[in-house]
Formats: sequence, structure tokens, C-alpha cells
Amino acid sequence: MRRWTGGLFDSVPNAVVSLLLLWLLWHAGVGFWDWAVTRATLDATTAEQCARRGGACWAFLADRWRLILFGPYPYTQQWRPALALAIFLVLVAATAAPPNWKKPGRIRALGLAWFAGLPAMGVLMAGGLFGLPAVPLRLWGGLPLTMMLASLGVALAFVLAVLLALGRVCAMPLIRMLCIFYIEFFRGVPLIALLFLVAVLFPYLVPPGWTMDILLRAQLAFALFFAAYMAEAIRGGLQAIPAGQYLAAASLGMGYWQAHVRIILPQALRTVIPSLVNIFIAAFKDTSLVVVISMMDLLGAANASTAEAKWWGLYIEPYLFVAMIYLAFCSAMSAYSRALERRLGVGVR
Amino acid sequence: MGALREAWKRPGLRALVWQCAAALLVLGLLLWIWGNVTGNLARRNLGIDFGFIAGQASFEFGENLVGYRPGDSFVWAFAAGLANTVQVALVGILLTTVLAVMLALMRLSPNRLAARIAWLWIEAVRNTPLLLQLLFWHQLLIRQLPGPRQALQLLPDVFLSNRGLVLPVAEMQPAFTAAALVLAAGVIAACFLPRGLRRNGVLAALTVTLLVFWAGAAPIEISRPELRGFNFQGGLSFSPEFVALVIALVVYQAGFMAETLRSGILGVARGQTEAAASLGLRRAQALRLVIFPQALRIVIPPVTSQYLSLTKNSSLAVVIGYPDLVRVSQVTISETGRAVECIIILLLVYLSLSLVTAVLMNSYNRRIMARGGAR
Repeated sequence: MRRWTGGLFDSVPNAVVSLLLLWLLWHAGVGFWDWAVTRATLDATTAEQCARRGGACWAFLADRWRLILFGPYPYTQQWRPALALAIFLVLVAATAAPPNWKKPGRIRALGLAWFAGLPAMGVLMAGGLFGLPAVPLRLWGGLPLTMMLASLGVALAFVLAVLLALGRVCAMPLIRMLCIFYIEFFRGVPLIALLFLVAVLFPYLVPPGWTMDILLRAQLAFALFFAAYMAEAIRGGLQAIPAGQYLAAASLGMGYWQAHVRIILPQALRTVIPSLVNIFIAAFKDTSLVVVISMMDLLGAANASTAEAKWWGLYIEPYLFVAMIYLAFCSAMSAYSRALERRLGVGVR
Repeated sequence: MGALREAWKRPGLRALVWQCAAALLVLGLLLWIWGNVTGNLARRNLGIDFGFIAGQASFEFGENLVGYRPGDSFVWAFAAGLANTVQVALVGILLTTVLAVMLALMRLSPNRLAARIAWLWIEAVRNTPLLLQLLFWHQLLIRQLPGPRQALQLLPDVFLSNRGLVLPVAEMQPAFTAAALVLAAGVIAACFLPRGLRRNGVLAALTVTLLVFWAGAAPIEISRPELRGFNFQGGLSFSPEFVALVIALVVYQAGFMAETLRSGILGVARGQTEAAASLGLRRAQALRLVIFPQALRIVIPPVTSQYLSLTKNSSLAVVIGYPDLVRVSQVTISETGRAVECIIILLLVYLSLSLVTAVLMNSYNRRIMARGGAR
């Protein structure tokens, strides 16, 4: 009993606060139960029928969940993005498990798996090979699109970010200045402005005749944008490396690149993995901004799911559904980041 | 050849070569883009010309602080958009700070229920996209709230309906402007006084301000919102878009800031709390006198960047149609076709907003640090 009531009723003001909070929780819980269960509608064909009972319209989700998850991807082909997503999640889970980092054999297996998995996912999504009907980029949507924009964007950004971070701390003033300029520029402008830039201005920036799908342009904008934030995180890691490491590498006769690739970066990146995961979480949420350039990611598809007349006017159910998806992925990742932080003993060493 | 290899070993020369290469690369890229832009514009019989901003804008947007109307120039429209962005940012920053402090204290409270609830709330708002929350609040406000006739009365004369929020406000009169100017001048003057006199200086400025106001003010008239026809007249009104935007920004950003504040408070050495307790300070006193001043120094840099990200995130306003800077440039592009110029203006304005905030907060940060160092 004490374990549960401990700290709740040990003094008068505390007890008052606890009672107040319990009362609020009780009311919120009863209200939610009433909406989600008592007055909910499970079988209805229009939003109006749901509105008559005044509760949640789960019939809508039963009808529309595939549109929300996969966007405008052709209905009969939706097993392909589902499979691609499953492959991706399995690969990520395998890569993220720390036991797989220790043995060289497993690392090689992981590399091979990605090497085979990436083209497989591409073929599954795009089609046009092995008898799969081709699906153009503009029909990609939903959760696979969100996942792709975030992970491909962050992966590209990572490469750029390492170079930027190295340039940001290097001794050459001109290169340092260029890197600072890049980082401060991209951290100073809102992502929306950047998305407008690639959506509206792209035809002006390249020679006439060059075209690029809007999806790839958005992908590029994400990569450039997140590179600036990741570069700052990596810089933190670089600056935490004791000067002795640089000296030791130099005294072994290592040059700049050799020292960085073999000695400095492995240590620096290890300490910043948690903050890189946090940036990935931010990227995952921020991909929802592609709604402004009318792409159908998870959130865009949720918006579109109520466009049809019979479901018009619903908004809590689709938003709640995608919120749960975002919440599940993001809290899993942040729990992972915290666990990793403990494991790596950042700040404790 | 051997001489060249010898020379390459000299770090100075190598650095020079690398830097020249990088500079040439960047310069080449920029020139290439510039050439493309001018070429593409010329092909469409356009040039880069900011002259259009003096022209007449025909679009209208409801609310703005600078009194823009259709028919005014585009400069004025941009100013109105900027004013709206700044307004959202300032209100948002203020409310976010209040909510974040409350959440952080709840999270650290010895009451386990309060700590748990705050934790759940923070996790939920941090792990869903801001845009999703914004769309949700906007829909909730315009769909779920009653019309003006059945408006919810939050406080006397404060009404919330699906047309937005209305508050009573004092009628503007010249004395307000005069008093505000005197106060600003007084506070700036007080900053130049030696430290010991500063408090007296500020007090003197306040007194003079009150005197000016008392001498110059007509009887203060409060404009109260009144229901006339289908909507409220009078008072200060905010659109549902503004209210939704502020709620979404505050709820989202406060989740992040609460965690920052919490880690700042936890970052103050435990001995400090114990020392405060052993001096007989209560928990509230210890927080106010011992913990907060020290935590402040830890949290200022991250909180600055959170204020900045709130300002930048306010650009999501464009999605729900609140007339902020991004929205104005979007509409201007569709009206004039001046995409390059408008986006340049947009980027420059946001960059300078970031720069100004960063400079202000850095100087504040330096002062706090200096005070701590001089102890």
C-alpha cells in the first residue's frame, strides 16, 4: 500500500494536490470512456450516422485505415509498401541492437543485409521489374513515405554533417567560415521556407530542362536542413575528445584523415549517438511539413482521408490514429536513445 | 617533382591549397546557381527586381497590427506579416515559459502522481508532430466551439467562440504612447547609470511615467466586446487561427522546455539543496533563492535555441491560413510571380530574426555568467 500512496498523502497540501489531480483524472477518464466506448459507432457508412451517437467514429478508421497508412498508392498493390516497410523495420531493429555491433561477422552480415535490402525495397516500391506494375513517385504516400523521407534524409545528412563538423573545428579559417555560414544559414531559416524554396524556386536554380520529382527535391531539402543540426551535435562530440588523442595519433605518424577515421571519429560519434537519435526523431516528426507542398505523407494522407463526402467533417479519429503511430515510433526511439545513453555511459566516464 | 612533394609536406602550404580549393568550389557553385537564375529569368523576360514591393497589393488578410489594407503596398503587407509573426512569437514565448516552469516543477514534485502526469503529458506532446497538433487544435476550435451567440465566457468580458477570442481593451489614446516613450527612455537611461544607482533610476523613470500618464490621460475608456448581429464588436479580438497557433506552439514547445528546465534544476549540485535545507529554508525558498539562480545559468543557452525554434515554428501558421510572413510571401508570389525575390526576402527576414535573438540572448548570457564569476 505504501508503495502506491507514498508521497501522495504525507502532508496536507500534498494530499489536496493529489485529490485534485485524482478528480481531474477521473473526469478525463470517464469522458474519454464515454466518447471512445459508450457512444462510439463501430458500423456506419457515413459520418452523419456516427454524429447521431456523438461518440468516436471507429467505423471511419475501419474503412479508411489503408488510405491513411499508404496514401494514394494503388489499393491492390499496397502489400508492396507494407512489405518494404517490414523489411526496413527488421533491418533497423537488427542494426540498432548493440549485441550485433561486437562481432565482425555480424557486422558483415548486417552490411550485406542492407546491401540486398535497399534495392529490394526500391524495387518493391517503384515496381517495373519482375512483373510488378510500375508505381510513379507521385503515388507514394503514407507511412512508407514518411519513413523514407526521414531515414534517407538523415542518412544523407549524416555524411554531409561529418564533413561540416570537421570543417567547423578545423584550423583553416576559410573552410571554418564556410562551414559556420552553412550551419548558421540552415539553422536560421524555417524548414517550411526551405520546402517552398525547393518546390517553387527549383526550376529557376537549375539549367532549363532539368527536372526532378518533387519528392526527391523535398528529400534533398531535408538532407541539407538536418545536416546543419547534426553537424552541431557531432561538433559537440569532436570537442569532447581529449587533446591527448590527437597528439597520440600524430605521434604514431598518422595524417589528418587517418587520425580522424581511425581514432577521433569513432570516439566522437559514439558519444553523440543519443543526440543523433534525437535529431532523427525530430526529422521523423518534421517530415510531416511536406503537407505544405501537397505531398501525401502520413499526416497528408490523414487529411485526405476525410475529403470524401461521406466522411467529411471527421478530424479527431484520423488525427488520433496518426498521432498514435507517431507516438509509438518516437517514444520507442527516445527510449532507445536513453538506454543507449546509459549503456555508453555518456557523461559518466 | 620531388620539390613539389617536399612542399606538399609543409602544413601551411597544404592548408592554403585546401582552402583555395574549397573557396573555388563554393564560389563556382554559387556562380553556377546565379547564372542559372538570371538565365532562367531572362528567358521568361524577367529580371531580379525588388521594385515590385512598392506596387499595390490587392489581397486582404483579417488581422494585423500595422493596419495593412488591400491597396497598400507590398512592403506594408510584408510588414504586417512580420508583425503577425513577431506577435505570435512574443505571446508564445511568454506563455511557453510559464507553462514550462509549471510542468518542470510538477515533474520534480515529491508528489508522485503529479510527476507521473507531467511526464505523460510531456512525452505525448514531444513525440507527435507540431503540425499534427496545430491542425488538431485548429479543427477543434472552429468545429467544436459554439458560435458567438453561445460563446464561452472564460472571464468577465472574455469570450471564446468559433470566431476566436475577444478581450476587453483600453481605448488607445495619445497619453499611452507618450507614457510608453518616457518609460522606454527612462529604462534605457537607467542602464547607463552605475550599478548601485540603477534601481533608483528605474524607480524614478516609473514615477515620471506615471506622472506623464496622469497629466495627459483622458479618462480611461475600456472597450468591451459586445454581441452585435452575428459577431462581437469592440474589444481586442484574435482569430481562431491565432489562438490555435499559440496553443499549439505553447503546448509543444513547453514540453521540450520543461525537460530542459528540469535537467537545469537537477544539474545544480545536490549539496546546494542540502545546504539550503540545513539553513532552514523551505522548499519554495530554496528553489527561489538557491536553485533557480544557479539553474538559470545552465539553461540559458538551450532555452535561447528553444525560443528561436518557436519563432521559426510559427511559420507553420501558413497551413491553417494565419497571415504570417510565410503566408504573405506565398500570396505575393501567386499575385506577382516574383518567386525569387519573395523567397529571398523571406529567408533574410528569418535569418535576421534569428541573428537578433541570438545576439540579445548571448549578451544576456554573458552578463549572467560574469555575475556568477565575480562571486
